[in-house]
Amino acid sequence: MDLFKIRQEKLTLFHKNRKKETIKKEIPSHVIETCESCHTNVSVKELKSNHFVCPECGYHFKIDAHERISLLCDEFKEVDKKFITKNIENFPEYDKKLEISQKRTKLNEAVICGIGKIGDVSCAMAMMDSGFMMGSMGSVVGEKITRLVELADKKKYPLLISCTSGGARMQEGILSLVQMAKTSAAIKRFSENGGLYISLLTHPTTGGVSASFAMLGDIILAEPNCLVGFAGKRVIENTIKEKLPENFQKAEFMLEKGFIDRIVPRKELKETLIKILKMHGGHS
Amino acid sequence: MNFEELEKKIAQLRIQKEMLELEDSKRFQIDQEIYELEKEAVQNLEPWDRLTIARALDRPKAQDYIQYLFTDFIELHGDRRFGDDSSILGGIAYFENKPVTVIAQSKGKSLEENIQKNFGMVSPEGYRKALRLAKQAEKFHRPIITIVDTPGAYPGMGAEERGQAQAIAECLYTFSDIKTPVICVVISEGGSGGALAFSVADHIVMLENAVYSILSPEGFASILWKDETRAKEAASVMKMTSFDLKEKGIIDHIVKEPFGGAQKYFPMVTEELRRYLAKELEELGKKKIEQIVQKRYQKFREMGIPAWKM
Repeated sequence: MDLFKIRQEKLTLFHKNRKKETIKKEIPSHVIETCESCHTNVSVKELKSNHFVCPECGYHFKIDAHERISLLCDEFKEVDKKFITKNIENFPEYDKKLEISQKRTKLNEAVICGIGKIGDVSCAMAMMDSGFMMGSMGSVVGEKITRLVELADKKKYPLLISCTSGGARMQEGILSLVQMAKTSAAIKRFSENGGLYISLLTHPTTGGVSASFAMLGDIILAEPNCLVGFAGKRVIENTIKEKLPENFQKAEFMLEKGFIDRIVPRKELKETLIKILKMHGGHS
Repeated sequence: MNFEELEKKIAQLRIQKEMLELEDSKRFQIDQEIYELEKEAVQNLEPWDRLTIARALDRPKAQDYIQYLFTDFIELHGDRRFGDDSSILGGIAYFENKPVTVIAQSKGKSLEENIQKNFGMVSPEGYRKALRLAKQAEKFHRPIITIVDTPGAYPGMGAEERGQAQAIAECLYTFSDIKTPVICVVISEGGSGGALAFSVADHIVMLENAVYSILSPEGFASILWKDETRAKEAASVMKMTSFDLKEKGIIDHIVKEPFGGAQKYFPMVTEELRRYLAKELEELGKKKIEQIVQKRYQKFREMGIPAWKM
């Protein structure tokens, strides 16, 4: 009994102390952000002007679809904006999750599609947003991307997809899975007709998205240090019963293994894209 | 009564019927009873029960189907790039006196065999072997028959290093317009992109007790609820049975199985499958290849349409 009491006291003390250590200063997140890599505090204003790249260590913060559009495009006209997911299977809590994501991101789904101008080259673009249910690909995401590919094919635009996704959308089951086949088939047709497809991998691109359109680009670019792979880290660790090396499935790793063409820092992204587009006959 | 209890009771009745010196009328009565119970059991089959049947070690595997459905099967190995994945059994054979290419995901029938075949989990080499054989089939105008039986693509370190995602993507990409007829047979378990890579086909046919899903129920529960032990619950919400998939228009046909699954009376299943394949291959043979490819595209193009509104 005594022992228990002593232990209890020690535990309380421990918890008290531990709490003290982790107390954060209350700084509103829209004023100051802390870099995940070097833990420097950077003002959001400074971050914004630096395209959300840490000025100290070059760490690339996640950016949402709108931010990506303003980073790359001089003009952007959205298409298929009104597509909304219906929970036809009545999957438990799916409606709620959709609603939360819609409120938080102010998007209807996890991808924005449209025709934009990069420099002065017109380009069909799909920008995924990982803030919306981890950027997972449900029927709407699959349909919007397929439509965009078909539009690019018809109008002879080059195609750019900025990928970020945890993979297939579990709540939609098999209908989500077959979107992988649907989008890949559309890209095959587009490619057969001579279209240029640039795939841009950003953090993270995994699962069903990496195993379909993300890996099918004529040219595959990636942002530094982003995660690219098929199976999740936890799943692999459970399978092989070993800890994975730090750089496993990172863009640099994939580059070394030969699965992506180039790693492009965010600052040079627009310029690189313009060069590539022009080399493929994009109008200037 | 749930499926397990019913199964037990049926087994008891069977023993009664065999053991006792019975009059014919009594025996007939027991037969009747078994018939009724079986009917009830089939109606009570939960998705999890079907998954158990589908995963049973004694369930016929791809190699059995190849032996029964095809003649002169010649296995072809290797992806010509890195290695040979033994979880894929591929080759050429005759089906009803016509040459075909068979590409099958193959599980083993014992632990040793399963370890050798990696429990049917395919590595990038396997997908690239499938791609090579598919291209070969296209060149020689042979129809392709794929057999799906996998819990999913192999989630290993080497598989990632050698481009699991790229290999699956390329399968989807290439099969979507390969210029030869493709029929996919889901014999037991189809899980995740690993199964989908073999399912971009003109016709997909599933055995009654086979399951096909976005992920194994274990993986599904682990991702969505962070709890692998809720796999049974996951199976019940995942809509993964052959009937669910037929309703959604993902698959085209269901092959009936005897009570307890294909393992109980294999010839019944193979004969129906043979009839189906023969009929569909003949139909496809009459069409122009451009027409077939266009229809394949359209089929996948329309999937998922009920799940959105503008």
